[in-house]
Amino acid sequence: MSKILIIAEHDGSVINPSTAKTIACAAEINGGEIVVAVFASSAASIAAEASKIDSVARVLTIERPENEHALAAVLAPQVAALAAGYSHVFGPSTTFGKDLLPRVAALLGVNQISDIMNVTSSHTFQRSIYAGNAVITVEAPADYVVVATVRTASYREAGSGNSAPIEAADATVEVPDYTRFVELKSGKTDRPDLQTAAKVVSGGRALASAENFDILYKLAEKLGAGVGASRAAVDAGYVPNEMQVGQTGKIIAPDLYMAIGISGAIQHLTGIKDAGTIVAINKDGEAPIFEVADIGLVGDLFKIVPELTDALP
Amino acid sequence: MDKILVGLKRVVDYNVRVRVRHDGSGVDTDGVKMSINPFDEIALEEALRIKESGNATEVIVISVGSSAALQQLRTGLAMGADRAILVEVDEELDPLSCARVFKAIIDREKVDLVLLGKQAIDNDNSQTGQMLAAIWDRPQATFASEIVFDGDKARVTREVDIGLETIEIDLPAVITADLRLNEPRYVKLPDIMKAKKKTLEEIPLADLGIELGPAIKATAFEAPAERQRGIMVDDVAGLIAALKDKGLL
Repeated sequence: MSKILIIAEHDGSVINPSTAKTIACAAEINGGEIVVAVFASSAASIAAEASKIDSVARVLTIERPENEHALAAVLAPQVAALAAGYSHVFGPSTTFGKDLLPRVAALLGVNQISDIMNVTSSHTFQRSIYAGNAVITVEAPADYVVVATVRTASYREAGSGNSAPIEAADATVEVPDYTRFVELKSGKTDRPDLQTAAKVVSGGRALASAENFDILYKLAEKLGAGVGASRAAVDAGYVPNEMQVGQTGKIIAPDLYMAIGISGAIQHLTGIKDAGTIVAINKDGEAPIFEVADIGLVGDLFKIVPELTDALP
Repeated sequence: MDKILVGLKRVVDYNVRVRVRHDGSGVDTDGVKMSINPFDEIALEEALRIKESGNATEVIVISVGSSAALQQLRTGLAMGADRAILVEVDEELDPLSCARVFKAIIDREKVDLVLLGKQAIDNDNSQTGQMLAAIWDRPQATFASEIVFDGDKARVTREVDIGLETIEIDLPAVITADLRLNEPRYVKLPDIMKAKKKTLEEIPLADLGIELGPAIKATAFEAPAERQRGIMVDDVAGLIAALKDKGLL
């Protein structure tokens, strides 16, 4: 039987929705027992949230001062030690999981599976390569622990009607002090988080300046939407990198995605392929974005976007 | 700091749209343009700037792959790397084996800093740097957008999902480059000529005595599910009507 250890992502007090999505993926492994590990300096509130997530059999807390910030070099030896007896170790394919899980895998002497988008069996999974141009089925060796990250855009959060037991786990593994947290500058806004927002408005190079993104922020505010951007807009310095959607940015799956002034390079499309409805607004009617858009509108975004914003209630 | 090691992976060029072979046996890369992985190019640019600012004495570029990767190493030398190492192996190595190759070279060369791209744009794994840091038992700073040195320490700003995180690491260490770390320089013709005089060492993989795997097997390749082209609307009123139709407004 599979025994799956999930590494919870959190900000020190609140659990990240990526955890419940990772659990939803793990729950697709038949007959698996799912255990969530919370590494923190103070884990109580996070563990309480984790224990409510459906499919979770147990929550383990590993509390020590060194775990105040999620440093891969500090967490990896603890995860590797805790992994003894487990068949799988999963984390979300967010910057947290992508930083940590490969380090865990190497300590366990195994390769890692990045970005699971589908579970075929306990050791067989699907993931995408070449910016989404190919979907590959991968098989982990049967006699090794499976260490993997889960593409959160491919899963909906597991439900929250559970009350799994919470236990403190051993936290005595030696950890290095050669990596130290200094600060976190969050680009936090009042807008919904890009990775979990039901609606996302996204801008490309055609916005032509950082100031012009204001028209998207106004539209997003009316829609209650998060705001994203293409790599071209990030490259041009119009918006910060945490807004980047695509192969080398965030992979998202909102119900509504509005691509505004985005041509639709494959590297961008791979970041939105699981979106519910894609709307494209672009002055070039031949832009590849229209090939995948559910609703397309050809025209000048600087005219259309303010008009749309005004027309919305 | 003395030596910086930079990994350069030969990958299908960013602008090429690869396709799955009809028989599902793999991805068709015959005759397509190959380049240095873009993030590795950023890593090399950063190493060159560190050396130019007087913080390092030598930049070594390394690639793990077939002799075809000599082309990417020569480009690296033309950009300004001092010498190159090709660890020769015909099949593509898994990330853990690749990390072990880097570790073997680090032990031979006594490297102070390893700079890699945050991910290769072919397999999109984003693993090798983290794995190398683990088996080397040294710090890792992934997705770096700024690096500031202070003696035997570095302050690295990392592009994380919610913003920018800064960590301090002791050297030696592994840093992986994100998009905004820098803009790589263009290679000039005289530099290509100069690069021909630089040392390019070829080491057969077998000479390093590295344990390989356990690899994760690729058992099938499929083309991605295509989204269908939808409807076109003429104006904002049409757009609003279509959104209402789908229950999105």
